[in-house]
Amino acid sequence: MRIELEKRPDVSRLFSILSPFIALLLTLVCGAVMFMMLGKNPVAALYGFFVEPLMEVWSLHELAVKAAPLILIAVGLSVCYRSNNWNIGAEGQFIMGAIAGSILPVMFHEWNSPFVLPLMMLFGMLGGALFAGIPAFLKAHLNTNEILTSLMLVYVAQLFLDWLVRGPWRNPGGLNFPETRTFEASAILPEMIASGRTHWGFGFAILAAILIWFMMRYTLKGFEITVLGQSERAGRFAGFSSRKMIWFSMLLSGALAGLAGISEVSGAMQQLRPVISPGYGFTAIIVAFLGRLNPLGIVVAGLVLALTYLGGEAVQVSLEISDKVTRVFQGLLLFFVLSCDTLIHYRIRLVASKLAGSATAAATTDGAR
Amino acid sequence: MSAEGETANGPLLAVGRLTKLFGTFAACKSIDLDIRPGEIHALLGENGAGKSTLVKMLFGVLAPTSGEILWQGRPVRIASPSAARRLGIGMVFQHFSLFEALTVAENIALSMEPGHSLAKIAAQASALSYAYGLPLDPNAHVADLSVGERQRIEIVRALLQNPKLIILDEPTSVLTPQEADRLFETLAKLKAEGRSVLYISHRLEEVQRICDRATVLRHGVVTGTCDPRQETPASLARMMVGSDVAHVSAEGTNAKGAIKLETRHLSAPARTPFAVSLKDISLKVHAGEVLAIAGVAGNGQGELFDALSGECQAPGDDVIRIADKPVGTRGINARRLMGAGFVPEERHGHAAVSALSLSDNLVLARSQSDRRAFLGGGFLGIIRQDAVKMAAKRIAAAMDVRKSGDNPPAGSLSGGNLQKFIVGRELDRQPTVLVVNQPTWGVDAGAASRIRQALVDLAKSGSAVLVISQDLDEIFEVATEIAVISEGRLSDIYPAGELSREKIGLLMGGMPGKSETAETAHAH
Repeated sequence: MRIELEKRPDVSRLFSILSPFIALLLTLVCGAVMFMMLGKNPVAALYGFFVEPLMEVWSLHELAVKAAPLILIAVGLSVCYRSNNWNIGAEGQFIMGAIAGSILPVMFHEWNSPFVLPLMMLFGMLGGALFAGIPAFLKAHLNTNEILTSLMLVYVAQLFLDWLVRGPWRNPGGLNFPETRTFEASAILPEMIASGRTHWGFGFAILAAILIWFMMRYTLKGFEITVLGQSERAGRFAGFSSRKMIWFSMLLSGALAGLAGISEVSGAMQQLRPVISPGYGFTAIIVAFLGRLNPLGIVVAGLVLALTYLGGEAVQVSLEISDKVTRVFQGLLLFFVLSCDTLIHYRIRLVASKLAGSATAAATTDGAR
Repeated sequence: MSAEGETANGPLLAVGRLTKLFGTFAACKSIDLDIRPGEIHALLGENGAGKSTLVKMLFGVLAPTSGEILWQGRPVRIASPSAARRLGIGMVFQHFSLFEALTVAENIALSMEPGHSLAKIAAQASALSYAYGLPLDPNAHVADLSVGERQRIEIVRALLQNPKLIILDEPTSVLTPQEADRLFETLAKLKAEGRSVLYISHRLEEVQRICDRATVLRHGVVTGTCDPRQETPASLARMMVGSDVAHVSAEGTNAKGAIKLETRHLSAPARTPFAVSLKDISLKVHAGEVLAIAGVAGNGQGELFDALSGECQAPGDDVIRIADKPVGTRGINARRLMGAGFVPEERHGHAAVSALSLSDNLVLARSQSDRRAFLGGGFLGIIRQDAVKMAAKRIAAAMDVRKSGDNPPAGSLSGGNLQKFIVGRELDRQPTVLVVNQPTWGVDAGAASRIRQALVDLAKSGSAVLVISQDLDEIFEVATEIAVISEGRLSDIYPAGELSREKIGLLMGGMPGKSETAETAHAH
């Protein structure tokens, strides 16, 4: 007995739309079971995880702060994935963007000017883009697998940041804590709305989502991305270069991840620390797929995944559950999203292997009849 | 074979009221068909007539919606290809399913039930292949074999199961005339042993030559069963198409103009181990000419097309000239801007993206050549959907493309209709040079004749047309000049009137008179 996936003749439109919601529902059901096995009341736990964070203004601001990097990164990744370039290293590009963007406020902290902030943002994008340029170069010219190279570079970026904040960039007045000096006011991304902490990173995220959506929907560039993602050969026939597309998509997603990195550091932390991301770059992969690689869907998906971060912190406080629960929920969600999508295109068929094995026996019976 | 004894008084296979629905669309409607023991039975029909659907039901790939299949008088349900093989039905598909990197014997072993030793299979296959006049070296790698030899593997693979009925899907479409003759001898041998053959084809001449009976399908319905020898090609075609097929005429295309397309000693190394290298190809196509390049599949046609279109760049600028300007290192869109149009062989994933709509597939080929009409918004390059859709509609109307809905995905069109759209997409801009690879591969007779006439008309209007084709009938219909490609080398160019089928066949096999090949020890 074995299981086979069989392509469905046609894809149900209804279920393609419903699939993210079904995935969410299944995640909740599994979460409830998990809370029950931990000896907690599942209803109270789910309420604490998914609803309570939405009940207060300050935590809605937290939601926006957490969603901003997720959306920015995921929007860039959607361009990569649609063009068949599998950038898994957004986490590293996020960190490198944060480092490059912090050059001015850390090394030239006495320079106060309205130009500081725009330049920081620009440096952040450049840093992320250049770091994504490494796997892009390796893929375009040496035919290396970008999944591996971009992923491995994440660890390079993490260790580089760790070295910086413990070594050359350590705050001279910081009592030997591994962190940089805090940014001057001119290097801090201002808040968007008066009522709370939401900084302009969220604005960048929404703007990027709209711009990329427009590009994918209406322009020849978007068309090129779609065509090259579906068939490289047809793309070549159209005169599109898949090599240039590797560069374009990787640099674009790297720049957006870098912008997310410097926005997060400048807007939310105001200094560099050994760890500046709770895995935004990886969670954004889930966001991209949950949003069906559509920039507008990604905005919604980014808010949902941001909620899992808040929920994890909330239940840690209220129910004394480890905040690793966040990772579990994110993993469950990705698993269900991908499997729902697979089952829309394929159906499961159980194949009795004895059918093939006893072929000769069956043939003899046929003959005897 | 004791098969004759059991079934002498009835058909080997009888199909009654067999119907297959896809949604509400009936691919096969209430088909009746019977195949007698020891006959070669032709299944004739245009593409999309339901031939493949019918055969897939007989071979257990598709389940019928209703109707019955009787095998030697007993009703059977054929659930899978292996069930079909167990009954005694073998099939040779049009598109081979062989692993190029494996040997002949290994490929055969893959399709057998597990538990046979490779050496035994090799010996069996070798013996069988010689017995049926299909000599094969079981230890040769598939990649090194010609298409004809690959087909033999498929046939031997089917014969090893000792079938009573063999289904052949368009077997001669990949063969030289000489190879086809050899196949016909094999079929006669099978028939003499009392085996039956279901022979799917749209080549009327062949069917008349070798088949005892023919069943004709049109739009999923049987339109007649006949003895093809009693019919004329015209009457058979009428049964297939439902009306008379327009005869393509290449008359009056002989006025030679300036050279529009030229290659000068074009050579290109093979890009993959399984590709063919181009060797010193020189050709000229004048305005008003149709140069047809004949050849068996896999002799460098695809590589030549890629070089001409600019999808792969030539080693030097001057090696390829369009309208007397060197273009060897320019890209495909630069060549399009100089007035060239291109139609590749593979429709899905090369000439068109199946999941995209027809209008999007129009942008695919013409985003640069029709930049002014199709794009707006300056550097943003916003696609003007209304203009593109209008042009797509114009092309569909001009080429009589039948489609469901206004702007359906390319993948939903039948092969013939999609090909008409793809050719129409280029004709619509009146190219001065058109390069077409296999213009009517897998296309129904009606669409094929329309496409061929369009190519001839384009040449008549003063363009240079280069057609790469495996179909000799097609070549004789459209060509004013003919050359043959073999192992990446091009023969001399002959005026169409000076070449016979036999001469082309000889040129396909090797290069008499033009051979500097020391390695002609190729087993044939």
